[in-house]
Amino acid sequence: MAEFTLPKNSKIKQGKHFPAAEGTSNVRTFSVYRWSPDDDQNPHIDTYEVDMDNCGPMVLDALLKIKNEIDPSLTFRRSCREGICGSCAMNIDGTNTLACTKSVEECGGGKKDVKVYPLPHMSVIKDLVPDMTHFYAQYASVEPWLKAKTPVSQSAERLQSKEDREKLDGLYECILCACCSTSCPSYWWNSDKYLGPAILLQSYRWLADSRDEAKGERLDALEDPFKLYRCHTIMNCTNTCPKGLNPGKAIGEIKKMIAERSL
Amino acid sequence: MSLRSPLSKAVGLGSAKHGFSHWWWQRVTAIALIPLSIWFMVSVLSLLGGGYLAAVSWLQSPLNATLMLLFVLTALYHAQTGLQVVIEDYVHTKWLNLVMLIGVKFLAAAMAVMSVIAVLKISVGA
Repeated sequence: MAEFTLPKNSKIKQGKHFPAAEGTSNVRTFSVYRWSPDDDQNPHIDTYEVDMDNCGPMVLDALLKIKNEIDPSLTFRRSCREGICGSCAMNIDGTNTLACTKSVEECGGGKKDVKVYPLPHMSVIKDLVPDMTHFYAQYASVEPWLKAKTPVSQSAERLQSKEDREKLDGLYECILCACCSTSCPSYWWNSDKYLGPAILLQSYRWLADSRDEAKGERLDALEDPFKLYRCHTIMNCTNTCPKGLNPGKAIGEIKKMIAERSL
Repeated sequence: MSLRSPLSKAVGLGSAKHGFSHWWWQRVTAIALIPLSIWFMVSVLSLLGGGYLAAVSWLQSPLNATLMLLFVLTALYHAQTGLQVVIEDYVHTKWLNLVMLIGVKFLAAAMAVMSVIAVLKISVGA
């Protein structure tokens, strides 16, 4: 049955408070989810007051400042700091997004605490670092590469018209940050079997590719009450995508392709 | 501890290779229910205050009996597909999941048969 309450050892408690140095005027408070596998403590919320006069504009800048200057034990993933690697996906101010492209000013109406949590409904490895193993395995399961039987000589390319290439716009930009999948209630309850919006958008990226010759196999593998049809067009995925993509539409297109070959 | 690879867990038992038909008929019945529900509501409102005999003679008309059966059967089929999705979404204890899925089908079938008999009894048998 669905679980309506958290187990005892998952209840979130109030953690430590780190006040700003005296004399700082432009202060924002960051409430950050903390959990460590190395002690027996429950998850807790630590609050950090950050001097925004000496901090970059993005939430990632603030997290780095906290880690560098206030609390080195704070753990999170980050790499490119420009929204292309997808490492710093987390739940900020109630919405899944990339810490590096989310400005602090936009959070909490510019005044209230900035709440920073890991991506929802994922196993936490530590603090803001979720376990992505299953998500990546689901990606591998849709065989995300070009499949074609028509031979091409080594010097030749597989040609694609400009119009056909344009059909991949809005799909190839996905960076697999998992913001969409972890915002989807269907993925929360059934991620063991449901592929979720990110993987389905990636799958559609190959279904929409004019050069791919495995459309039938791909649709066969997706036509399943759970893998595909757990999508109930809730559209959290499209609302939350930090790259402005539309996974909900991609899933709709897959359903249309299956309808097209069945009717 | 499980030594299964993450890919093996993600693939699971593979695709069931169905799901379209359920998705399709849920939508087709939804579309059919738009006019049928409007007809049903308008009819019920027009019968208000008319008494028992007026309602019986209304249902004896072949057109009304046909539309009534279409409405009830379509609604039951649609409700059954919808409840199936809710149970699949939320009930993860396998035995309870199966009991509820089968229970919903049985209940819908029983209500369908009973509705057909009731309408036909009034429409044909009276």
